[in-house]
Amino acid sequence: MTNLMTNHYEAAAVILFGIGFMNLLLSRNLIKKFIGLNIMDTAVYLFLAAKGFIAGRAAPIIAQGTTATVEQFINPVPSGLVLTGIVVSVSVTAFSLALVQRLYKHYGSLDLDEIMQKAKKEGH
Amino acid sequence: MNKKSKWRYFMDWVNGEEVIETPKKVTWKKIDFEKWKTIFQKYLWNDRKKSIFYLIMCVFVSVVFISILLQTVNTLPYFGGSNNPASNEVVQRYIESGVEETGATNIVAGMILDYRAFDTFGESNVLFLAVICVVMLLKKDKYNTTEAEEREQKEDDMFEKQDANIILKRIANLLIPLLFLFGIYVVLNGHISPGGGFSGGAIIGAGLVLYASVNGQQKIQKFFTYKIFVRINVGCLLTYCVLKGYSFFTGANHLPNIIPKGVPGALLSGGLILPLNICVGMIVACTIYGFYALFTKGEI
Amino acid sequence: MLIENLLLLFLIVCAVLVSVTKRLLRAVIIFMAYSIVMSVIWIFLESPDLAITEAAVGTGITSILFFLTLKKVHQIKGTHDE
Repeated sequence: MTNLMTNHYEAAAVILFGIGFMNLLLSRNLIKKFIGLNIMDTAVYLFLAAKGFIAGRAAPIIAQGTTATVEQFINPVPSGLVLTGIVVSVSVTAFSLALVQRLYKHYGSLDLDEIMQKAKKEGH
Repeated sequence: MNKKSKWRYFMDWVNGEEVIETPKKVTWKKIDFEKWKTIFQKYLWNDRKKSIFYLIMCVFVSVVFISILLQTVNTLPYFGGSNNPASNEVVQRYIESGVEETGATNIVAGMILDYRAFDTFGESNVLFLAVICVVMLLKKDKYNTTEAEEREQKEDDMFEKQDANIILKRIANLLIPLLFLFGIYVVLNGHISPGGGFSGGAIIGAGLVLYASVNGQQKIQKFFTYKIFVRINVGCLLTYCVLKGYSFFTGANHLPNIIPKGVPGALLSGGLILPLNICVGMIVACTIYGFYALFTKGEI
Repeated sequence: MLIENLLLLFLIVCAVLVSVTKRLLRAVIIFMAYSIVMSVIWIFLESPDLAITEAAVGTGITSILFFLTLKKVHQIKGTHDE
Protein backbone atom coordinates (compact mmCIF):
# COMPACT_ATOMS: atom_id res chain seq x y z
CA MET A 1 0.00 0.00 0.00
CA THR A 2 3.01 2.32 -0.11
CA ASN A 3 2.37 3.04 -3.77
CA LEU A 4 -0.90 4.73 -2.87
CA MET A 5 1.08 7.67 -1.52
CA THR A 6 2.95 8.11 -4.79
CA ASN A 7 -0.16 7.45 -6.86
CA HIS A 8 -2.19 9.87 -4.75
CA TYR A 9 -4.05 11.41 -7.71
CA GLU A 10 -5.25 8.03 -8.91
CA ALA A 11 -6.19 6.98 -5.38
CA ALA A 12 -8.22 10.17 -4.91
CA ALA A 13 -9.91 9.62 -8.27
CA VAL A 14 -10.88 6.08 -7.32
CA ILE A 15 -12.25 7.18 -3.95
CA LEU A 16 -14.22 9.98 -5.61
CA PHE A 17 -15.62 7.47 -8.08
CA GLY A 18 -16.74 5.25 -5.20
CA ILE A 19 -18.35 8.15 -3.35
CA GLY A 20 -20.19 9.25 -6.48
CA PHE A 21 -21.36 5.67 -7.05
CA MET A 22 -22.61 5.43 -3.48
CA ASN A 23 -24.41 8.75 -3.92
CA LEU A 24 -26.01 7.46 -7.09
CA LEU A 25 -27.22 4.32 -5.34
CA LEU A 26 -28.23 5.68 -1.95
CA SER A 27 -29.83 9.07 -2.43
CA ARG A 28 -33.47 8.92 -3.47
CA ASN A 29 -33.58 12.45 -4.78
CA LEU A 30 -33.09 12.62 -8.54
CA ILE A 31 -31.07 15.85 -8.57
CA LYS A 32 -28.65 14.45 -6.01
CA LYS A 33 -28.34 11.34 -8.13
CA PHE A 34 -27.28 13.45 -11.09
CA ILE A 35 -24.75 15.35 -8.97
CA GLY A 36 -23.35 11.94 -8.02
CA LEU A 37 -23.18 11.02 -11.70
CA ASN A 38 -21.25 14.23 -12.41
CA ILE A 39 -18.83 13.44 -9.58
CA MET A 40 -18.23 10.02 -11.14
CA ASP A 41 -17.54 11.72 -14.48
CA THR A 42 -14.96 14.10 -13.06
CA ALA A 43 -13.31 11.26 -11.14
CA VAL A 44 -12.75 9.39 -14.39
CA TYR A 45 -11.31 12.53 -16.00
CA LEU A 46 -8.99 13.04 -13.04
CA PHE A 47 -7.74 9.48 -13.39
CA LEU A 48 -7.08 9.86 -17.12
CA ALA A 49 -5.30 13.19 -16.78
CA ALA A 50 -3.20 11.89 -13.88
CA LYS A 51 -2.03 8.99 -16.03
CA GLY A 52 -0.93 11.42 -18.73
CA PHE A 53 1.03 13.69 -16.41
CA ILE A 54 4.82 13.44 -16.39
CA ALA A 55 6.68 15.22 -13.62
CA GLY A 56 8.86 18.18 -14.57
CA ARG A 57 7.44 18.61 -18.07
CA ALA A 58 5.38 21.44 -19.52
CA ALA A 59 1.96 21.63 -21.10
CA PRO A 60 2.01 20.62 -24.79
CA ILE A 61 2.14 24.12 -26.30
CA ILE A 62 5.22 24.57 -28.43
CA ALA A 63 6.95 27.93 -28.43
CA GLN A 64 7.27 29.64 -31.81
CA GLY A 65 10.31 28.70 -33.86
CA THR A 66 11.55 25.82 -31.74
CA THR A 67 11.68 22.15 -32.57
CA ALA A 68 9.89 19.96 -30.11
CA THR A 69 11.14 16.75 -28.56
CA VAL A 70 9.17 14.27 -26.51
CA GLU A 71 11.26 14.93 -23.41
CA GLN A 72 9.86 18.45 -23.03
CA PHE A 73 6.12 17.85 -22.90
CA ILE A 74 3.53 15.79 -21.12
CA ASN A 75 1.26 13.28 -22.81
CA PRO A 76 -1.38 15.22 -24.83
CA VAL A 77 -3.67 12.27 -25.60
CA PRO A 78 -5.53 12.15 -22.22
CA SER A 79 -6.11 15.92 -22.41
CA GLY A 80 -7.84 15.52 -25.74
CA LEU A 81 -9.94 12.64 -24.49
CA VAL A 82 -10.99 14.51 -21.35
CA LEU A 83 -11.81 17.68 -23.32
CA THR A 84 -14.24 15.60 -25.35
CA GLY A 85 -15.65 14.00 -22.22
CA ILE A 86 -16.36 17.23 -20.32
CA VAL A 87 -18.60 18.57 -23.07
CA VAL A 88 -20.42 15.26 -23.47
CA SER A 89 -21.03 15.14 -19.71
CA VAL A 90 -22.62 18.60 -19.74
CA SER A 91 -24.98 17.61 -22.55
CA VAL A 92 -25.92 14.41 -20.71
CA THR A 93 -26.59 16.49 -17.58
CA ALA A 94 -28.80 18.90 -19.50
CA PHE A 95 -30.79 16.05 -21.04
CA SER A 96 -31.29 14.30 -17.72
CA LEU A 97 -32.34 17.53 -16.00
CA ALA A 98 -34.91 18.11 -18.74
CA LEU A 99 -36.25 14.63 -18.03
CA VAL A 100 -36.36 15.49 -14.31
CA GLN A 101 -38.46 18.56 -15.08
CA ARG A 102 -40.91 16.52 -17.10
CA LEU A 103 -41.14 13.92 -14.32
CA TYR A 104 -41.80 16.64 -11.77
CA LYS A 105 -44.49 18.11 -13.98
CA HIS A 106 -46.23 14.75 -14.23
CA TYR A 107 -45.79 13.29 -10.75
CA GLY A 108 -45.14 16.37 -8.63
CA SER A 109 -42.19 14.89 -6.82
CA LEU A 110 -38.45 14.41 -7.08
CA ASP A 111 -38.32 11.34 -4.84
CA LEU A 112 -37.74 8.25 -6.94
CA ASP A 113 -39.67 5.93 -4.59
CA GLU A 114 -42.70 8.22 -4.65
CA ILE A 115 -42.54 8.46 -8.42
CA MET A 116 -42.39 4.67 -8.72
CA GLN A 117 -45.37 4.24 -6.41
CA LYS A 118 -47.43 6.77 -8.32
CA ALA A 119 -46.45 5.16 -11.60
CA LYS A 120 -47.53 1.74 -10.28
CA LYS A 121 -50.88 3.16 -9.20
CA GLU A 122 -51.43 4.59 -12.64
CA GLY A 123 -50.73 1.15 -14.04
CA HIS A 124 -47.75 1.84 -16.24
CA MET B 1 -43.15 -47.05 -12.03
CA ASN B 2 -40.78 -49.91 -11.39
CA LYS B 3 -38.15 -51.31 -13.66
CA LYS B 4 -40.06 -54.34 -14.76
CA SER B 5 -43.07 -52.53 -15.97
CA LYS B 6 -40.84 -50.18 -17.84
CA TRP B 7 -39.25 -53.15 -19.59
CA ARG B 8 -42.66 -54.51 -20.50
CA TYR B 9 -43.65 -51.16 -21.79
CA PHE B 10 -40.61 -51.18 -24.04
CA MET B 11 -41.28 -54.76 -25.20
CA ASP B 12 -44.79 -53.85 -26.14
CA TRP B 13 -43.55 -50.91 -28.09
CA VAL B 14 -40.97 -53.08 -29.95
CA ASN B 15 -43.60 -55.66 -30.80
CA GLY B 16 -45.75 -53.01 -32.27
CA GLU B 17 -48.63 -53.56 -29.91
CA GLU B 18 -50.78 -50.77 -28.76
CA VAL B 19 -49.79 -49.43 -25.40
CA ILE B 20 -52.57 -50.09 -23.00
CA GLU B 21 -50.94 -49.32 -19.73
CA THR B 22 -50.60 -45.73 -18.79
CA PRO B 23 -47.98 -44.72 -16.26
CA LYS B 24 -49.24 -43.96 -12.84
CA LYS B 25 -49.75 -40.31 -12.19
CA VAL B 26 -47.55 -38.85 -9.55
CA THR B 27 -49.35 -36.47 -7.26
CA TRP B 28 -47.45 -33.92 -5.28
CA LYS B 29 -48.36 -33.03 -1.83
CA LYS B 30 -49.58 -29.48 -2.05
CA ILE B 31 -47.61 -26.98 -0.05
CA ASP B 32 -49.33 -23.78 0.91
CA PHE B 33 -46.89 -21.36 -0.68
CA GLU B 34 -49.07 -18.31 -0.20
CA LYS B 35 -49.23 -18.78 3.55
CA TRP B 36 -45.47 -19.08 3.89
CA LYS B 37 -45.01 -16.14 1.59
CA THR B 38 -47.18 -13.85 3.68
CA ILE B 39 -45.45 -14.95 6.89
CA PHE B 40 -42.08 -14.40 5.28
CA GLN B 41 -43.07 -10.97 4.05
CA LYS B 42 -44.60 -9.96 7.34
CA TYR B 43 -41.82 -10.85 9.71
CA LEU B 44 -38.59 -11.44 7.85
CA TRP B 45 -38.76 -9.35 4.71
CA ASN B 46 -40.87 -6.27 5.35
CA ASP B 47 -40.24 -2.89 3.78
CA ARG B 48 -38.09 -1.60 6.59
CA LYS B 49 -35.82 -4.61 6.50
CA LYS B 50 -35.70 -4.38 2.72
CA SER B 51 -34.47 -0.80 2.83
CA ILE B 52 -31.91 -1.63 5.53
CA PHE B 53 -30.70 -4.56 3.46
CA TYR B 54 -30.49 -2.31 0.41
CA LEU B 55 -28.47 0.27 2.33
CA ILE B 56 -26.07 -2.29 3.72
CA MET B 57 -25.61 -3.92 0.34
CA CYS B 58 -24.99 -0.54 -1.34
CA VAL B 59 -22.30 0.38 1.16
CA PHE B 60 -20.83 -3.11 0.95
CA VAL B 61 -20.71 -3.13 -2.85
CA SER B 62 -19.22 0.36 -2.98
CA VAL B 63 -16.57 -0.43 -0.36
CA VAL B 64 -15.60 -3.66 -2.12
CA PHE B 65 -15.50 -1.78 -5.40
CA ILE B 66 -13.28 0.97 -3.97
CA SER B 67 -10.93 -1.53 -2.36
CA ILE B 68 -10.54 -3.53 -5.58
CA LEU B 69 -9.81 -0.35 -7.51
CA LEU B 70 -7.37 0.85 -4.85
CA GLN B 71 -5.59 -2.47 -5.08
CA THR B 72 -5.32 -1.90 -8.83
CA VAL B 73 -4.03 1.65 -8.32
CA ASN B 74 -1.41 0.19 -6.00
CA THR B 75 0.09 -1.84 -8.82
CA LEU B 76 -0.10 0.85 -11.50
CA PRO B 77 3.08 2.51 -12.77
CA TYR B 78 4.26 5.47 -10.72
CA PHE B 79 2.47 8.79 -11.01
CA GLY B 80 4.56 11.26 -13.00
CA GLY B 81 7.00 8.69 -14.31
CA SER B 82 8.32 9.21 -17.83
CA ASN B 83 8.43 5.50 -18.73
CA ASN B 84 4.69 5.20 -18.39
CA PRO B 85 3.27 2.75 -20.97
CA ALA B 86 0.74 5.41 -21.99
CA SER B 87 3.46 7.64 -23.45
CA ASN B 88 4.39 5.52 -26.43
CA GLU B 89 5.28 6.17 -30.06
CA VAL B 90 1.89 7.75 -30.76
CA VAL B 91 2.69 10.56 -28.35
CA GLN B 92 6.13 10.93 -29.85
CA ARG B 93 4.64 11.27 -33.32
CA TYR B 94 2.06 13.82 -32.14
CA ILE B 95 4.62 16.00 -30.39
CA GLU B 96 7.56 15.80 -32.74
CA SER B 97 5.81 16.15 -36.09
CA GLY B 98 2.54 17.69 -34.91
CA VAL B 99 3.52 21.27 -35.72
CA GLU B 100 4.75 20.33 -39.16
CA GLU B 101 1.73 18.20 -40.04
CA THR B 102 -1.09 20.25 -38.57
CA GLY B 103 0.37 23.75 -38.30
CA ALA B 104 -0.93 24.25 -34.77
CA THR B 105 1.43 24.96 -31.89
CA ASN B 106 -1.13 23.80 -29.35
CA ILE B 107 -0.73 20.04 -29.67
CA VAL B 108 -4.05 19.28 -28.00
CA ALA B 109 -5.97 21.44 -30.49
CA GLY B 110 -4.01 19.92 -33.36
CA MET B 111 -4.82 16.49 -32.05
CA ILE B 112 -8.56 16.87 -31.52
CA LEU B 113 -9.21 18.91 -34.67
CA ASP B 114 -6.80 17.32 -37.12
CA TYR B 115 -5.67 13.82 -36.22
CA ARG B 116 -8.90 12.95 -34.44
CA ALA B 117 -11.32 15.35 -36.08
CA PHE B 118 -13.86 12.64 -36.73
CA ASP B 119 -14.15 12.10 -32.98
CA THR B 120 -14.83 15.80 -32.44
CA PHE B 121 -17.44 15.73 -35.19
CA GLY B 122 -19.25 12.97 -33.31
CA GLU B 123 -19.05 15.04 -30.17
CA SER B 124 -20.57 18.09 -31.85
CA ASN B 125 -23.35 15.79 -32.99
CA VAL B 126 -23.84 14.68 -29.39
CA LEU B 127 -24.31 18.33 -28.39
CA PHE B 128 -26.75 18.90 -31.24
CA LEU B 129 -28.70 15.78 -30.32
CA ALA B 130 -28.82 16.83 -26.67
CA VAL B 131 -30.23 20.24 -27.52
CA ILE B 132 -32.77 18.69 -29.91
CA CYS B 133 -33.86 16.27 -27.17
CA VAL B 134 -34.26 19.18 -24.74
CA VAL B 135 -36.30 21.03 -27.36
CA MET B 136 -38.53 17.98 -27.70
CA LEU B 137 -38.95 17.66 -23.95
CA LEU B 138 -39.33 21.25 -22.81
CA LYS B 139 -40.44 23.43 -25.73
CA LYS B 140 -43.80 24.93 -24.99
CA ASP B 141 -46.73 24.31 -27.26
CA LYS B 142 -50.46 24.11 -26.72
CA TYR B 143 -50.36 20.45 -25.69
CA ASN B 144 -48.02 20.54 -22.74
CA THR B 145 -48.89 23.77 -20.93
CA THR B 146 -51.65 24.29 -18.43
CA GLU B 147 -53.30 27.54 -17.38
CA ALA B 148 -51.62 27.55 -13.98
CA GLU B 149 -48.20 27.45 -15.59
CA GLU B 150 -49.05 30.30 -17.90
CA ARG B 151 -50.22 32.36 -14.94
CA GLU B 152 -46.99 31.58 -13.11
CA GLN B 153 -45.02 32.60 -16.18
CA LYS B 154 -46.83 35.93 -16.31
CA GLU B 155 -46.15 36.54 -12.63
CA ASP B 156 -42.49 35.80 -13.20
CA ASP B 157 -42.40 38.31 -16.04
CA MET B 158 -44.04 40.93 -13.80
CA PHE B 159 -41.46 40.36 -11.10
CA GLU B 160 -38.71 40.55 -13.66
CA LYS B 161 -39.86 44.00 -14.70
CA GLN B 162 -40.29 45.19 -11.11
CA ASP B 163 -36.96 43.86 -9.91
CA ALA B 164 -35.02 45.77 -12.53
CA ASN B 165 -31.92 46.45 -10.49
CA ILE B 166 -30.08 49.41 -12.00
CA ILE B 167 -26.65 48.55 -10.57
CA LEU B 168 -26.86 44.96 -11.73
CA LYS B 169 -27.93 46.06 -15.18
CA ARG B 170 -25.17 48.63 -15.62
CA ILE B 171 -22.41 46.33 -14.37
CA ALA B 172 -23.64 43.41 -16.42
CA ASN B 173 -23.87 45.53 -19.55
CA LEU B 174 -20.28 46.62 -18.97
CA LEU B 175 -19.19 43.04 -18.44
CA ILE B 176 -21.00 41.40 -21.33
CA PRO B 177 -18.92 42.89 -24.20
CA LEU B 178 -15.73 41.92 -22.39
CA LEU B 179 -17.07 38.41 -21.95
CA PHE B 180 -17.89 38.14 -25.65
CA LEU B 181 -14.48 39.54 -26.56
CA PHE B 182 -12.70 37.05 -24.32
CA GLY B 183 -14.74 34.18 -25.73
CA ILE B 184 -13.97 35.21 -29.31
CA TYR B 185 -10.28 35.56 -28.40
CA VAL B 186 -10.22 32.07 -26.90
CA VAL B 187 -11.92 30.60 -29.98
CA LEU B 188 -9.67 32.36 -32.49
CA ASN B 189 -6.46 31.55 -30.63
CA GLY B 190 -7.40 27.93 -30.04
CA HIS B 191 -4.56 26.60 -32.17
CA ILE B 192 -1.74 28.68 -30.67
CA SER B 193 -2.73 28.93 -27.01
CA PRO B 194 -4.86 27.02 -24.50
CA GLY B 195 -8.52 27.11 -25.33
CA GLY B 196 -10.39 26.31 -28.48
CA GLY B 197 -13.90 25.84 -29.67
CA PHE B 198 -15.36 24.14 -26.62
CA SER B 199 -14.09 26.50 -23.93
CA GLY B 200 -14.52 29.67 -26.01
CA GLY B 201 -17.99 28.60 -27.07
CA ALA B 202 -18.91 27.98 -23.45
CA ILE B 203 -17.68 31.48 -22.52
CA ILE B 204 -19.71 33.10 -25.33
CA GLY B 205 -22.71 31.01 -24.27
CA ALA B 206 -22.27 32.21 -20.70
CA GLY B 207 -22.23 35.79 -22.02
CA LEU B 208 -25.49 35.17 -23.87
CA VAL B 209 -27.00 33.67 -20.72
CA LEU B 210 -25.96 36.72 -18.69
CA TYR B 211 -27.42 39.05 -21.32
CA ALA B 212 -30.68 37.14 -21.39
CA SER B 213 -31.00 36.99 -17.61
CA VAL B 214 -30.29 40.70 -17.11
CA ASN B 215 -32.10 42.31 -20.04
CA GLY B 216 -34.91 39.85 -20.44
CA GLN B 217 -35.45 37.29 -23.11
CA GLN B 218 -37.56 39.55 -25.31
CA LYS B 219 -34.53 41.65 -26.09
CA ILE B 220 -32.38 38.73 -27.14
CA GLN B 221 -35.16 37.36 -29.31
CA LYS B 222 -34.80 40.38 -31.57
CA PHE B 223 -31.61 38.99 -33.02
CA PHE B 224 -31.61 35.34 -31.92
CA THR B 225 -34.75 33.46 -32.83
CA TYR B 226 -35.44 29.77 -33.07
CA LYS B 227 -34.96 29.88 -36.82
CA ILE B 228 -31.51 31.45 -36.51
CA PHE B 229 -30.62 28.97 -33.76
CA VAL B 230 -31.43 25.98 -35.94
CA ARG B 231 -29.73 27.54 -38.95
CA ILE B 232 -26.49 28.23 -37.07
CA ASN B 233 -26.40 24.76 -35.54
CA VAL B 234 -27.11 22.84 -38.73
CA GLY B 235 -24.99 25.14 -40.87
CA CYS B 236 -21.96 24.79 -38.62
CA LEU B 237 -22.32 21.01 -38.47
CA LEU B 238 -22.59 20.81 -42.26
CA THR B 239 -19.61 23.15 -42.70
CA TYR B 240 -17.56 20.99 -40.36
CA CYS B 241 -18.64 17.88 -42.25
CA VAL B 242 -17.77 19.33 -45.66
CA LEU B 243 -14.41 20.80 -44.62
CA LYS B 244 -13.25 17.69 -42.84
CA GLY B 245 -14.67 15.47 -45.56
CA TYR B 246 -12.51 17.32 -48.07
CA SER B 247 -9.48 16.85 -45.88
CA PHE B 248 -10.16 13.14 -45.38
CA PHE B 249 -10.86 12.63 -49.09
CA THR B 250 -7.64 14.24 -50.25
CA GLY B 251 -5.64 12.55 -47.51
CA ALA B 252 -6.96 9.08 -48.23
CA ASN B 253 -6.43 9.38 -51.99
CA HIS B 254 -2.97 10.99 -51.71
CA LEU B 255 -4.12 14.13 -53.46
CA PRO B 256 -2.42 17.46 -52.71
CA ASN B 257 -4.24 19.53 -50.12
CA ILE B 258 -4.67 23.10 -51.38
CA ILE B 259 -5.26 24.61 -47.94
CA PRO B 260 -2.04 26.31 -46.78
CA LYS B 261 -0.66 25.45 -43.35
CA GLY B 262 0.82 28.91 -42.77
CA VAL B 263 3.59 29.85 -40.38
CA PRO B 264 3.15 27.99 -37.07
CA GLY B 265 2.36 30.46 -34.32
CA ALA B 266 0.63 33.06 -36.48
CA LEU B 267 -3.08 33.70 -36.12
CA LEU B 268 -3.89 32.62 -39.68
CA SER B 269 -2.22 29.26 -39.57
CA GLY B 270 -3.05 25.69 -38.87
CA GLY B 271 -4.93 25.00 -42.08
CA LEU B 272 -8.46 23.88 -41.27
CA ILE B 273 -8.13 24.11 -37.50
CA LEU B 274 -9.22 27.76 -37.27
CA PRO B 275 -12.50 27.40 -39.25
CA LEU B 276 -13.27 24.14 -37.46
CA ASN B 277 -12.71 25.85 -34.11
CA ILE B 278 -15.10 28.63 -35.13
CA CYS B 279 -17.73 26.08 -36.17
CA VAL B 280 -17.42 24.15 -32.91
CA GLY B 281 -17.48 27.38 -30.89
CA MET B 282 -20.68 28.56 -32.56
CA ILE B 283 -22.34 25.19 -32.00
CA VAL B 284 -21.38 25.17 -28.33
CA ALA B 285 -22.48 28.78 -27.74
CA CYS B 286 -25.85 28.21 -29.42
CA THR B 287 -26.37 24.96 -27.56
CA ILE B 288 -25.66 26.51 -24.18
CA TYR B 289 -27.94 29.46 -24.78
CA GLY B 290 -30.55 27.01 -26.06
CA PHE B 291 -30.35 25.00 -22.83
CA TYR B 292 -30.80 28.18 -20.79
CA ALA B 293 -33.72 29.48 -22.81
CA LEU B 294 -35.53 26.15 -22.83
CA PHE B 295 -34.97 25.60 -19.12
CA THR B 296 -36.38 29.00 -18.17
CA LYS B 297 -39.18 29.92 -20.57
CA GLY B 298 -39.49 26.89 -22.77
CA GLU B 299 -38.87 28.83 -25.96
CA ILE B 300 -35.83 30.12 -27.75
CA MET C 1 2.98 18.83 -3.02
CA LEU C 2 1.15 19.75 0.16
CA ILE C 3 -1.27 22.03 -1.64
CA GLU C 4 -2.14 19.33 -4.15
CA ASN C 5 -2.92 16.86 -1.37
CA LEU C 6 -5.04 19.49 0.37
CA LEU C 7 -6.99 20.14 -2.83
CA LEU C 8 -7.59 16.41 -3.35
CA LEU C 9 -8.77 16.14 0.24
CA PHE C 10 -11.10 19.08 -0.38
CA LEU C 11 -12.56 17.24 -3.38
CA ILE C 12 -13.26 14.15 -1.30
CA VAL C 13 -14.82 16.19 1.51
CA CYS C 14 -17.04 18.01 -1.02
CA ALA C 15 -18.13 14.72 -2.56
CA VAL C 16 -19.08 13.34 0.86
CA LEU C 17 -20.90 16.55 1.82
CA VAL C 18 -23.01 16.42 -1.35
CA SER C 19 -24.46 13.10 -0.29
CA VAL C 20 -24.86 14.16 3.36
CA THR C 21 -26.62 17.52 2.92
CA LYS C 22 -30.40 17.58 2.99
CA ARG C 23 -30.99 20.76 1.05
CA LEU C 24 -30.64 20.56 -2.70
CA LEU C 25 -29.45 24.16 -3.13
CA ARG C 26 -26.55 23.52 -0.76
CA ALA C 27 -25.66 20.34 -2.61
CA VAL C 28 -25.52 22.23 -5.90
CA ILE C 29 -23.35 24.99 -4.41
CA ILE C 30 -21.00 22.40 -2.94
CA PHE C 31 -20.79 20.80 -6.35
CA MET C 32 -19.88 24.21 -7.79
CA ALA C 33 -17.00 24.50 -5.32
CA TYR C 34 -15.95 20.98 -6.26
CA SER C 35 -15.82 21.94 -9.94
CA ILE C 36 -13.76 25.06 -9.41
CA VAL C 37 -11.21 23.19 -7.28
CA MET C 38 -11.11 20.57 -10.01
CA SER C 39 -10.19 23.28 -12.50
CA VAL C 40 -7.30 24.34 -10.23
CA ILE C 41 -6.15 20.72 -10.19
CA TRP C 42 -6.06 20.66 -13.99
CA ILE C 43 -3.51 23.49 -13.80
CA PHE C 44 -1.38 21.37 -11.47
CA LEU C 45 -1.64 18.51 -13.97
CA GLU C 46 -0.29 20.81 -16.74
CA SER C 47 -3.42 20.83 -18.88
CA PRO C 48 -4.59 24.45 -19.25
CA ASP C 49 -7.09 23.52 -21.98
CA LEU C 50 -8.95 21.40 -19.51
CA ALA C 51 -8.77 24.10 -16.83
CA ILE C 52 -10.46 26.68 -19.06
CA THR C 53 -13.10 24.23 -20.22
CA GLU C 54 -13.84 22.95 -16.74
CA ALA C 55 -14.09 26.48 -15.33
CA ALA C 56 -16.49 27.56 -18.07
CA VAL C 57 -18.52 24.40 -18.52
CA GLY C 58 -18.36 22.51 -15.24
CA THR C 59 -18.67 25.48 -12.92
CA GLY C 60 -20.74 27.86 -15.01
CA ILE C 61 -23.05 25.99 -17.27
CA THR C 62 -23.73 22.87 -15.21
CA SER C 63 -24.50 24.94 -12.11
CA ILE C 64 -26.79 27.24 -14.08
CA LEU C 65 -28.67 24.21 -15.38
CA PHE C 66 -29.02 22.80 -11.86
CA PHE C 67 -30.22 26.15 -10.50
CA LEU C 68 -32.78 26.53 -13.26
CA THR C 69 -34.07 23.03 -12.58
CA LEU C 70 -34.34 23.79 -8.86
CA LYS C 71 -36.30 26.92 -9.72
CA LYS C 72 -38.62 24.96 -11.98
CA VAL C 73 -39.34 22.37 -9.30
CA HIS C 74 -39.85 25.06 -6.61
CA GLN C 75 -37.03 23.91 -4.35
CA ILE C 76 -34.71 26.88 -4.38
CA LYS C 77 -35.81 28.06 -0.93
CA GLY C 78 -35.78 24.61 0.54
CA THR C 79 -39.50 24.71 1.27
CA HIS C 80 -40.26 21.36 -0.30
CA ASP C 81 -37.38 19.45 1.23
CA GLU C 82 -37.58 16.05 2.84
